[in-house]
Amino acid sequence: MPTPLVVSEVAKSFTMHLRDGITLPVVAGVSFSVKKGECVVLGGPSGVGKSSILKMLYGNYAVDAGQILIEHRGRLVDLASAAPRSVLEVRRDTLGYVSQFLRVVPRVSALDVVAEPLLARGVSHPEASEKASDLLAKLNLPRELWQLPPATFSGGEQQRVNIARGFITDHAVLLLDEPTASLDAQNRRVVVEMIAGKKAEGVALLGIFHDEEVRDAVADRILDVSAFSPRKAAA
Amino acid sequence: MTTTPLLKVSDISKFYGGRIGCRNVSFELWPGEVLAIVGESGSGKTTLLSCLSTRLMPTSGVVEYHMRDGQYRDLARMGEAERRFLMRTDWGFVHQNPADGLRMTVSAGANVGERLMAVGDRHYGQIRATATDWLRRVEIEEDRIDDQPRAFSGGMRQRLQIARNLVTSPRLVFMDEPTGGLDVSVQARLLDLVRGLVHDLGLSAIIVTHDLAVARLLSHRMMVMKDGVVIEEGLTDRVLDDPREPYTQLLVSSILQV
Repeated sequence: MPTPLVVSEVAKSFTMHLRDGITLPVVAGVSFSVKKGECVVLGGPSGVGKSSILKMLYGNYAVDAGQILIEHRGRLVDLASAAPRSVLEVRRDTLGYVSQFLRVVPRVSALDVVAEPLLARGVSHPEASEKASDLLAKLNLPRELWQLPPATFSGGEQQRVNIARGFITDHAVLLLDEPTASLDAQNRRVVVEMIAGKKAEGVALLGIFHDEEVRDAVADRILDVSAFSPRKAAA
Repeated sequence: MTTTPLLKVSDISKFYGGRIGCRNVSFELWPGEVLAIVGESGSGKTTLLSCLSTRLMPTSGVVEYHMRDGQYRDLARMGEAERRFLMRTDWGFVHQNPADGLRMTVSAGANVGERLMAVGDRHYGQIRATATDWLRRVEIEEDRIDDQPRAFSGGMRQRLQIARNLVTSPRLVFMDEPTGGLDVSVQARLLDLVRGLVHDLGLSAIIVTHDLAVARLLSHRMMVMKDGVVIEEGLTDRVLDDPREPYTQLLVSSILQV
């Protein structure tokens, strides 16, 4: 089975210069891989470094040591050391991310927020809008909200916009940071179905799910992040 | 993927007598890339922008630009006429104060049309039609085309300045605090507009700003300057979410949350 994502010996700490330069270790020796069509769930208590791992994978956090190899257009890119423009290219074509919170841009409608990743890849405006509409309809976002900027939406509505935006492309690797945290049961089921659909398409998924029901429904494997915690000896 | 940078900057320094404007700055800018230069007042960001855009001669270092003919040219070795032509056609420069980039006593239409005439357009009807189209794109009512920018609000002036700069389809636009003097609702409109235009036209841009939210919204990559030196650079998300240098951490932690 092809493995589009391989993480090996990754370590991360924060140095807080504003607090006398104290160093906070986050994770060390993180090694795992995700196969095509597999959904790996990061487990462990809050603060153990689950979100930090996703952020390193997406390039939002720098990596102190190790490699993050992703298969991008038939070659391997090490995201831990790649130049900014390579990271952006990988994000555009290969690596998707559904964050916990939507970063709202003033004046941009929900529909355009969702369509944007397709437009960035050169898909025509009508085609991208149509696909965005399909996804928003599937996620039961009221139609009268589609043309409004999501800044005033409720938490659950914003999260559904965010999910639609993350799922609209055919990225081969998808990172999910608690995509169902503020959804009701009906919409949670929709997201579980959508994740199953991605798996069937051969997408490699890596996610954080605190909701047990969702986790049991989507996870092929649970990776306990506390094993990578540099503080575990002290705990 | 394009394999050649649009701008190659090697070891640029600018001294004002014994004072440092900026020191040993090197980077490459790629087509379609938006670079934000951030830092506090006096950190050298505007000096750097002026050196890149040939408004100031650097004390040392080389800036090379990838011309439309595929050749790299050292900007310092270009003749004055050639450099001016480049600035009027292939480049844009958006000033913080629109009055510095506009002719305040000629009409809005003429402000946009002047750049077209610089690239050889002579047909009055066509120039006017293009100017009208650009005013629409920057959300200025068509019936204001014959008004002078003196009669425009600050936000309208800034949008007009952007239209004037983009009408010749430049490949590189320099912006110095483009949202500096505007109130927040006007800022949001301008940012959304710039973001859309940069994307639709595939522009490269270098934006100087002290506003990290502007940098987050518009830029792909970021350089943080302090005392004339680039102290940290990288993907915009990375610099803002995981700042490494003490000064960058101070900047990021000083943002007010609303």
